[in-house]
Amino acid sequence: MIYLDNAATTLQKPPVVGEAMLEALQTAGNPGRGAHEPTLHAARLVYDARAGLAELFGAESPACIAFASNATQALNTAIGGLIGPADHVITTVCEHNSVLRPLYRLREQGTQLSFVGVDDRAVLRYEQFEELLRPNTKAVVVTGASNVTGNTTDLAFVAQFAKKHGLLLIVDAAQTAGACPIPVQKLGIDVLCFTGHKGLLGPQGTGGLYVRPGLRAAPLVVGGSGVHSFDERHPAEMPTALEAGTLNVPGIAGLGAGVRWILEQGVETLQAKETALARLFYEAVREIPGVVVYGSFAEPRAPIVSLNLAGEDSARVADALWEEFGICVRAGAHCAPLMHKALGTVEQGMVRFSFSHQNTEAEALAAAQALRALALEE
Amino acid sequence: MRAKRPYIVLSFRATVDAMAWEKRCIAEQIPGRLIPLPRELSAGCGLAWRMLPEDWECWRERFDPAEYAAAAQVEQ
Repeated sequence: MIYLDNAATTLQKPPVVGEAMLEALQTAGNPGRGAHEPTLHAARLVYDARAGLAELFGAESPACIAFASNATQALNTAIGGLIGPADHVITTVCEHNSVLRPLYRLREQGTQLSFVGVDDRAVLRYEQFEELLRPNTKAVVVTGASNVTGNTTDLAFVAQFAKKHGLLLIVDAAQTAGACPIPVQKLGIDVLCFTGHKGLLGPQGTGGLYVRPGLRAAPLVVGGSGVHSFDERHPAEMPTALEAGTLNVPGIAGLGAGVRWILEQGVETLQAKETALARLFYEAVREIPGVVVYGSFAEPRAPIVSLNLAGEDSARVADALWEEFGICVRAGAHCAPLMHKALGTVEQGMVRFSFSHQNTEAEALAAAQALRALALEE
Repeated sequence: MRAKRPYIVLSFRATVDAMAWEKRCIAEQIPGRLIPLPRELSAGCGLAWRMLPEDWECWRERFDPAEYAAAAQVEQ
């Protein structure tokens, strides 16, 4: 099997991730619910994961990191907790439904939305940010990289725009956390939402958000916190404010181990390897007759190569890759409807090849060879 | 129950602050340990740092009061 569906979830994790999860499962109590050794051990595991994420993102302190079950929950918290019915939001057509659906739900209550479009290479039309600005614009919500094309967003540009106009900047880092440096303070990001199971190499069911100190997002859920039990309101201090209920300690321990492993290897080192693999694959497939590759390869990008084979249904191509060659890729719409509308691929979808530093050059070339074989069969 | 004796107990605004404090104390070999927040300290998260008064006197100059919510002498 050749696994090239890392944008959906990374499959090959460093062994330390599973080891940390098992250790936590067997030894961790409930963090923040007492002071005996198992509960303190759990709290230390959670704290160490927070500290690792804070270091990775260049955050002010570990207290800026709140855990969630995935990027979708983090984005719902950020969008629902910071944006109101009277506000206007600028977002983009590159967004995943984890951004779009919370925004659409707000729109039903009165929130106004505007969408920055893309050119024919799916590159954002940055000049539109200024054009879409309104007096009641409250926030900009953007992805760090399209999960469809792999094109990255120029966060420095968007952050500068947001700062210039006093807007909140909320970033969906589902495809970029752990895959490229995201210095939140340096860039001026207010909220960074991440999942644990992709570039951060943790298990599914983990994720979270960085929240700039001083910014208060209303929590999505309230309840048990282990502290201030007689207060009718949920604690307002970060990260407790956004972490009602018992945390997923085994998952967070695994996530923390993944983050430590990334810090040891170096994000830039890992990024260079997976980017090189994606580029190798791209160069090997771009000239195959009938292959149409989407996105811009002239700019920094996530290790994703999405394409179509002539007019073939992307699902049929993906199934043939699996059945005939044992290659795992993702077909269809990738939960990003506006991106496919912009590129005219609503009916056909795309076949997405997404790489990890755990892949090899031989795998990238084998996938290209398989695609060539399918193209010749047509 | 065990006989009571005086301790200095530090409370924290949030559990994450208590964990950061413990990490620092372990690194710097500051004596004490985390305990459940005593009822005498109404404010703070569920954890507190307990240390002997003589240790407190030895170390307090090196503590930044912003790192904890309150410090109090408590019979435990």
